[in-house]
Amino acid sequence: MQPLLKVENLVKRYARRGLGDAREEPAALDGVSFTIFPGTTLAVVGESGSGKSTLASCLACLESPTAGNIWYEGKDLVKCGERARRQARPQIQLIFQDPASSLNSRWSVFEILIEPLILQGKYTSEEMKQRANSLLERVGLAPDIVERPPTELSGGQRQRLAIARALALEPKLLILDEALSALDCSVQAQIANLLVELQSSLGMTYLFITHDLAMAAHLADQIAVMNRGRIVEQGPADHILRQPKHETTRRLLAAVPRIARAAFPAVEY
Amino acid sequence: MASVLEIQDLHVSYRSRSGMLHPALAGVSFGLLPGEILGVLGESGSGKSTLAVSLVRLLPGNGNITRGAVHFEGKDLLQAKPEELEQIRGRRISLIFQEPSLALHPTMRSGEQVRQVLAAHSAPGKSALSERTRQVLAEVFPEDADRIARSYPHQLSGGQRQRVLIAQAIACGPSVVIADEPTASLDPATQMEILGVFRTLKERLGLAMIFITHNPALLSGFADRVLVLYGGRVAELGPAAKVLASPRHPYTKALFASIPAVFEESGSVPRKRLAVIPGDSPISCLPRRGCCFEPRCTERMEICREREPELVNLSASHTVSCIKYEN
Repeated sequence: MQPLLKVENLVKRYARRGLGDAREEPAALDGVSFTIFPGTTLAVVGESGSGKSTLASCLACLESPTAGNIWYEGKDLVKCGERARRQARPQIQLIFQDPASSLNSRWSVFEILIEPLILQGKYTSEEMKQRANSLLERVGLAPDIVERPPTELSGGQRQRLAIARALALEPKLLILDEALSALDCSVQAQIANLLVELQSSLGMTYLFITHDLAMAAHLADQIAVMNRGRIVEQGPADHILRQPKHETTRRLLAAVPRIARAAFPAVEY
Repeated sequence: MASVLEIQDLHVSYRSRSGMLHPALAGVSFGLLPGEILGVLGESGSGKSTLAVSLVRLLPGNGNITRGAVHFEGKDLLQAKPEELEQIRGRRISLIFQEPSLALHPTMRSGEQVRQVLAAHSAPGKSALSERTRQVLAEVFPEDADRIARSYPHQLSGGQRQRVLIAQAIACGPSVVIADEPTASLDPATQMEILGVFRTLKERLGLAMIFITHNPALLSGFADRVLVLYGGRVAELGPAAKVLASPRHPYTKALFASIPAVFEESGSVPRKRLAVIPGDSPISCLPRRGCCFEPRCTERMEICREREPELVNLSASHTVSCIKYEN
């Protein structure tokens, strides 16, 4: 099977802002390579500052990488022209951590949902209305909320709405950048179940970025562990969890809080 | 054992712009024992942050404490005069908030920020102030207190910033610290590190602490007792080991079941469907007949719709508010 996304030696450096400061900033991404096959989930885990979110922005074409290739369905998104990139972009959608700040609070649910459709300019208003309703149904929201602003929705409903908006253009790849971290435990479980359902009904492919290894273990087929802009370990999820090789993985595993743990581990500081 | 802080039948409401009263806490009672860490567990809308601020009367303008009492050092804080409260806030009871990058002044060195807390509450000489500032910072940064004191917040990591906030909170030697989601914005390794700091301080300084979180797993091995809030009411209160290992309230049980299982203990990697609590959490604990968890409860009975549950003592230290356990 052909991979949906293949990333080779991706490097991203941010320029220093000071005048005349010629020193090079350490790379936010330092030679990252991985592949994702259609219909599977790759979890990228790592501590804050390990480069996870930079990776998400590069893949969604929000930032251009300093070096490396991003092959999406056999096309290199780094080297190809703007026209080809425009065609690929709707197929890669991004969902952010905080649904409250990624939804315009002055718009209604309906306006939020049809915005991507309007931008594509290919749909009549009747089609858009139908589309909005079927999207809401798909993510388990009641159709009667279309006129309400997102501020009147609960955290879980808002994240469902963000997912519905991301699905509007029928993407193949969803990049979830800490999409569950800001939610309550019971709501996390609801959204995680929704993601699994969408994967089996629509054949979605996920890049799931998180620092929660327990959730990564639950959702992912493959896990890549990042540290300082590099992938230090990657492989099948259960393999990584059972036999962590790299120190970062072990540290992340040790930090997974669990309810049944007998005693608090001694922490040196 | 006598409590350091005794909360009795606390009721708090918010007034919306249309003038409607929305209750956020409806009859919360508990005592904080000296030197203990009480974990308060609740999801959005459970009233946990309202609880944190109402204990020291820092509610926003539209918030009202409508009933109850908060006894601390022989006084009812809810009846105290503003001057008396000033003597208590930050000095005897201090608060730590969630977002360390917002709570610190961006263009002031962190040492100065700790020093100002001390200066606001006591007026010793200049050199005594500096000496005490150094001591307090050394308490949370045993290694490099001096370097941290000279640093601006943007030069510090999230964990270091949170430690500066902790230094501010313990600067005046309070007997109670209230921390509202202090680790929510940190990554897991740093979270553990900050919990370690709290634990150490509690043992060294004998602090009593109210630690508010939405993540039950954080409390395991950390809190001494756990209080579960749901819809502005106490659902369950008991020793952490008991509540976390064998929860009794249907809400607590359902909440714990919705967390992804721990992989290494099961035979294979658990997969695909997590248990969920049906429905949404209540946006406000509107007065209604019956138990506020009833609409989402899998163990509900006819009677649950008719009256509110009473607090039932399962043992001397473990109470639960559920009709199932009555008589």
